Amino acid sequence: MKLVPIAVVAAVLAVLPFLLSGYHQGLATRVAIYFIAILGLNILTGYTGQISIGHGAFMAIGGYTTVLLSANHHWNLIATLPVSLGISFVCGLLVGVPALRLSGVYLALATFAFAVSVPQLPLKFSKFLGGSNGIHTAQTKSHLWLYIVGWSCAAIAFAGAWLILRGRIGRAFRAVRDSELAAVSSGVSLPIYKTLAFGISAAFAGVAGSLLVLVTNGFAQPNEFGVLLSLQILIGAAVAGLGSLWGVLVGAVFIGLLPSVAPDVPLIGSSHGQDVVFGLIVVLIMLLLPNGFAGFLRRFEPRVKTAIKADPKSS
Amino acid sequence: MAPMLELENVTARYGPVQALHGVSLSVAEGEIAAVLGANGAGKTTTLRAISGTVRRHGRLQFAGRELGGAGPDAVARLGIAHVPEGRGTFAELTVWENLRLGAYTRRGSPKDDFARIQTYFPWLAERRNQQSGTLSGGEQQMLALARAFMQRPRLLLLDEPSLGLAPLLVTEIFRIIKELNENEGLTVLVVEQNAHIALQVAQNAYVLEVGRVALSGPSAELQEHESVRRSYLGY
Amino acid sequence: MIGLAKRKTAVSTGVSIPVLVILLAAAVFLVIGSLVSSIFAQQTVAGLAQGAIFGSLALALVLIYRATEVINFAQGELAMATTYVAYQLTLWHVTYWLAFFLTLLIAFVLGVVIQVVVIRPVQHSVIAVVIITVGLFILIDGLVAWKWGADLKFMPAPFGNQVYHAGSVAFSRQDLGTLLVTIASVIVLWLLFQFTKLGLAMRAAALRPAAASLVGVRVNWMLALGWGLAAVLGAVAGLMTEPTQFLQPTMMQAILLYAFAAAVLGGLESPAGAVIGGLSLGVFLNLIGQYVGFASAELRLPIAFALLLLVLLLKPNGLFGRRQVRRV
Repeated sequence: MKLVPIAVVAAVLAVLPFLLSGYHQGLATRVAIYFIAILGLNILTGYTGQISIGHGAFMAIGGYTTVLLSANHHWNLIATLPVSLGISFVCGLLVGVPALRLSGVYLALATFAFAVSVPQLPLKFSKFLGGSNGIHTAQTKSHLWLYIVGWSCAAIAFAGAWLILRGRIGRAFRAVRDSELAAVSSGVSLPIYKTLAFGISAAFAGVAGSLLVLVTNGFAQPNEFGVLLSLQILIGAAVAGLGSLWGVLVGAVFIGLLPSVAPDVPLIGSSHGQDVVFGLIVVLIMLLLPNGFAGFLRRFEPRVKTAIKADPKSS
Repeated sequence: MAPMLELENVTARYGPVQALHGVSLSVAEGEIAAVLGANGAGKTTTLRAISGTVRRHGRLQFAGRELGGAGPDAVARLGIAHVPEGRGTFAELTVWENLRLGAYTRRGSPKDDFARIQTYFPWLAERRNQQSGTLSGGEQQMLALARAFMQRPRLLLLDEPSLGLAPLLVTEIFRIIKELNENEGLTVLVVEQNAHIALQVAQNAYVLEVGRVALSGPSAELQEHESVRRSYLGY
Repeated sequence: MIGLAKRKTAVSTGVSIPVLVILLAAAVFLVIGSLVSSIFAQQTVAGLAQGAIFGSLALALVLIYRATEVINFAQGELAMATTYVAYQLTLWHVTYWLAFFLTLLIAFVLGVVIQVVVIRPVQHSVIAVVIITVGLFILIDGLVAWKWGADLKFMPAPFGNQVYHAGSVAFSRQDLGTLLVTIASVIVLWLLFQFTKLGLAMRAAALRPAAASLVGVRVNWMLALGWGLAAVLGAVAGLMTEPTQFLQPTMMQAILLYAFAAAVLGGLESPAGAVIGGLSLGVFLNLIGQYVGFASAELRLPIAFALLLLVLLLKPNGLFGRRQVRRV
């Protein structure tokens, strides 16, 4: 663990809010939110090799939990976070069980289906879940408050992830990713650890979702948690790639800040500029810097790359 | 006369594992040559090196041309047909479709090539529409051979044609190989664990050990050679 | 020949008897229902037309999946973009059907170019291709919105707005035309694959790339062709969607999702499955929407995906899937 860089980052983060305007504090908080979500996805996809394009749905679950508790039952906002974590964890376990039967592209599609369907539910059960306008909690907080809470959660999440991954659970996760067969032969129970990974990953996403709702003025709306969010988290995790602290931070910064930077791109300069720039950068990164994400990518290709070149799928 | 195929100091590796440590051999036009050796000696890798299926270094010349870094499809177009381990047939496709694919590199209708095939594999015609995965092991091996012949290659690379076949079928296969060689002038390089039949059919042979040529020479000589008899012929 | 067993022609397709029986029963059910109720008939025909579009895009997805084992998340956006190209052609006073075929050509080229430039460098890694197609999705979306704007556009109607009547049942010419065009394109593709040397090479490259290489097939080019053809199918889907959804950047997004469901339903490796899956999904959603009160419009997507999940869990290879083992 590189303590010095972490200390530097922590110091920067501590000082930052006093240098930023409210709007930029909000942006920085968003980076914290993506940081937590990407951390969660990394645990699942980077460490146990299960592809998920459904984390937006877990964020939705967390977000709606917070809003419902605070709006209907007047809970303290911070108190809702553990509940959101718990509920998302359970939902993650519930998703993780059927996910055991799927892998690769099939799992990606299933989680994608999950991500698309969950935001539709509030539309159907609008009496309870607020329909397309969503639910609103009246408890709004200042940008500074959100920044502090957001980054505190991010710090806790990071510490939590580090503790989990360095211990027995982390070793089991890595074993699952590298070779399921070897893991089973070593006594690692695949169902338990794979499902656990889903649960933990979802818990992180749930907290991120709660924070997201707070940052958007206390509104929980279906279109906030749409497919695009899940895709963004996945891309953030891919950009992060190496599964290290720096990686996740880079990914979170990329996802969190790009939308605000892009409209200033001179050539495009419209609101669609951000899509073009974002998409282009994603494509270029995957094309030009494959080594930078080699760690992430190789987590999916545990086979040794041989010199046999006839088969483009290298099986 | 220049040899049809010439390998000089060819090396090849699979990732970190070096499979060929410098193999040199040459096959004359119209000859049948055999490559023998135990499992893991590098026999299959040698064929893969020739067909470009595995990345290799060293000099490989075919009919006077350097093979360079040519990949399998380029090598096929040059006139080398490689029947790999596992036969390289398409189990999901019909017999006829497999044969059509064999003729992929040829211009004109595959029907003419098919007519020639009939003389060596008369039973293929009535099985045209059968899914090739449902053929028996022996039939599949014949199909693989027929597929390769549809290509009208100048050099045929065969990887363990006897694998998994009953002795009678093995004799049959090698009879056809010899016929193809004698009637069509097809040069053959055959890799075999069944040294007995390989040495009967081939004019010259190479024995590989741990990625190198340990012995080489006319089959008759090798059949009498002490260590060959002990290790590969069983007496 | 000594010892060669005489086998009967045992052609194994992916269709098992139970599935065939179910499909036959469903077809009979649809016919009877249509004869009994005119609303049923209308929903069925409309469902078939919609389903044809799902099937077309699903077929594109399956084409690419069969060859490269990746899901192209940008398939729908590509379809949408090529439809805008057709729109632009009509703005330049090209007649509709000429623009249609020109667009198919342009889509083909675009598909090939994308495979060669963007996909080929990363095709060894499934996750990399997924991410890059997601990036393409966003990029194409942005480019289209930038060039043409996000407001609704309208193209001339390909089939006109006539409505035919058979008894008390009303069929729109548009629906019938859509069915015809998409089925025709599927048939043309089938002919290509079954009867041409190129089609055989493409199938071989998708089934066993190593073996295909050994017979001289340039596997990489076959993959590129596959992407080109998939793009053509997508263009057809987009052009047939435009009359009902009108031209907007989001027009194919929901359809892509239904196409995923249809492709999985039919079996990701089965072209016939994709088409039949699409048709079935279209009809199923319409009929459910009509007759099951709880299943209102907002639940269409979740229902489609519930179906997808069910299939993935119970019969991952789909209705027509056959491949149980990984190919060697």
